Amino acid sequence: MENLFDIELTLRLLGLDFVRHALLASALLGLVAGALGPLIVMRRMAFAVHGTAELAFTGAAAALLLGMVFEGVAVEYGAIAGAVLAALLLGILGGRSAERDSVIGVVLAFGLGVGVLLLWLYPGRAHTQLGLFIGQVISIDRTNLAVYAVSTVAVLGVLALLYRPLLFASADPVVAAARGVPVSLLTPLFAVLVGIATALGVQTVGMLLVLALLVTPAAAACRVTSSPTRAIVLAIAFAELAVLGGIVLSLAPGVPISAFVTAISFAIYLSCRLVEHLRARVRRRKDADASEGAATAGAAAPAAGR
Amino acid sequence: MTATAVEMRDAGLAFGKRSLWSGLDLDIGAGEFIAVLGPNGSGKSSLLKVLLGQLSLSAGSVRFPALQHRRRGPAIGYIPQQGTTEEAPAVRGVDLVGLGLDGHRWGLGLRGKRERDRRVAEAVRAVGATPFAEQPITRLSGGERQRLRVAQALVGEPSVLLCDEPLLSLDVTHQGVVGELIERRRRSAGTAVVFVTHEINPVLPYVDRVLYLHDGDFRVGTPDEVMNSATLSSLYGTKIEVVRLAGQIHVAGAHVALCEDEPHHVEERVL
Repeated sequence: MENLFDIELTLRLLGLDFVRHALLASALLGLVAGALGPLIVMRRMAFAVHGTAELAFTGAAAALLLGMVFEGVAVEYGAIAGAVLAALLLGILGGRSAERDSVIGVVLAFGLGVGVLLLWLYPGRAHTQLGLFIGQVISIDRTNLAVYAVSTVAVLGVLALLYRPLLFASADPVVAAARGVPVSLLTPLFAVLVGIATALGVQTVGMLLVLALLVTPAAAACRVTSSPTRAIVLAIAFAELAVLGGIVLSLAPGVPISAFVTAISFAIYLSCRLVEHLRARVRRRKDADASEGAATAGAAAPAAGR
Repeated sequence: MTATAVEMRDAGLAFGKRSLWSGLDLDIGAGEFIAVLGPNGSGKSSLLKVLLGQLSLSAGSVRFPALQHRRRGPAIGYIPQQGTTEEAPAVRGVDLVGLGLDGHRWGLGLRGKRERDRRVAEAVRAVGATPFAEQPITRLSGGERQRLRVAQALVGEPSVLLCDEPLLSLDVTHQGVVGELIERRRRSAGTAVVFVTHEINPVLPYVDRVLYLHDGDFRVGTPDEVMNSATLSSLYGTKIEVVRLAGQIHVAGAHVALCEDEPHHVEERVL
C-alpha cells in the first residue's frame, strides 16, 4: 500500500497495453451499469442483481471447466450464459413481487453450490478461480474487449428501444399495464439486459462486488435528482469515476481493484446522501420563511383595506 | 352520442363460488358519464379491471365497438385508486404525466419533445399542479398525487376514461376542478367516463346514468331512476330512505355503506 501515491509508477503502468485494455473495458462497463442502474433502483432489483452475479460466477466456473476439454470456451461466454439464464429464471419464477425475494434466495443458494463444485473440479490455478470472486480486469485482452464492445452496443441499443415503456412499467406499473404496456414481457427482457451487464461486471470487479457498479452509483444519483434522465447521466458519471478511478489507484500498490472501486462508489453514495440532507434543510428553512411571510401578509391585508 | 364505446352482454364475474355480479347488460355510449356505486366488495374496482382487460369475465362478453381494430390500451385513460400504487424514486410529477402521454410508445421519444413538453405542461396546469410538478412524487401529498393522476389520464386523450375513486383525498375545491375537467373532456371529445365512487354528490350534475352494485345484484338507470327509496330498498332488500336535500342525494337506512368514508379495498388484492 505504500506505493499508493507513487505517481511515476502509476504513469508508467498506464502506458502498458493490458492496463489500457482494462481501462477501456471498464469504461464500457461503467456506461452500461450507469445506464441500467436507475431502472434497477426503481424496480427494487438490488438483490436480483446480486443473485444474477452469483449465477454468472457459476456460469464462468462451468466455462473454466469446459475450457479444459474444448478449445475456445472462454470464461466470459460462460459468465454471460450463466447470468442470462439466471435472469430468465428469476424473471419467470419470481413473477409476483411478494415471492420474488425468496425465489432469488433459493436460486442463488443452489447456483452458488453448483459453482463451488465446478471450481473444485477445476484443476487449474487458484488465482484464476479467485479472479471470479474479486475480478481480474488486468487479464482482459483484445478478444475480451470485442465481447465487451458488442455487449455494450447490444445492451444500450435494446435499452434505447425499450426505454419509454420500461420506464413506465418501472415507475408506474399499474397505469402502464392499463395503457397496454406489456409489463410482464418487459420484466424478463430487462432481466436479460441486467444479466449481460452483470456478466461483464463479474470479469472486472468480480462476482462479490457487481452491486458496487450496478446499484450504488444509481442509488447515489437518485438521492440528488428526481429526473429519470438526469439520474442516468449522473449514474454513468459516478460509475465511470468509481471504476476508472479504482483501477488507476490500484495500479501502483497492486491491490485488487474491487477494493478501490467499492470504496469510491460508497464515498460517492455518502456524499450524495449528505447533499440530499443539506438540500432538505435549506428547503425546510425556505418553507418556514414563506409561511411566516404569508402570515405577515395576511395580517397586513385588513390594515390595507381600511 | 350514437356510437357505443363499451358493450357488455350478460356479463358476470365470480371469484370461485362467490359471484360479484352477473347478467350485466350495459352499453356505454361515447360521451356518456356513468357513476358506479355500491358498498365495499361489491365489485366496482373489479368492473374496471374487466374493462382494462386485466380480469376475465366468468360469463358473457365485453367489447369496445368504437375502437374497432385499434389496441385498447392507448385509447384508455385510467386513474387508479389511491394507495394501490407504490411510488418509485427518481420520478417527478411531470414524468408521471408525460408517461401517460407517450409511455406506451417504443424508443427514447426524442423527436417531438417540444410539443410533448407543451402538452404535459398544459395538462399539469389544468389540474393546478404546476407549483409542485417538478418535485419527486414521493414527496407529494395524497391530494397532489391524485391531481397528477388526473392529468396523467387526461393528457393521453382517451376515448374511454376509467376512474377509481378519483376524488379521494381531494378538498372540495379540487373535487370541483377534477369533476369539471372530466366533464369538459367528455363534452369536447366524446370520451366515455366510468366513474367508480362512494360519493356521488360532487359529480351528480354530470352523471347520465348510475350503475349501483350490491351483493351480486345491480340496478342501472338515471340518478333519479336508481337513487330513490323504492329502487334502493328493493336492491338492498331492506328499508332504505333516499332524501334529496339542496340538490344533493342522501341515503339513510340500515347498514348502507354508500357514504362510508373509506375507499373499498377488498378486490384490490385479487391481482
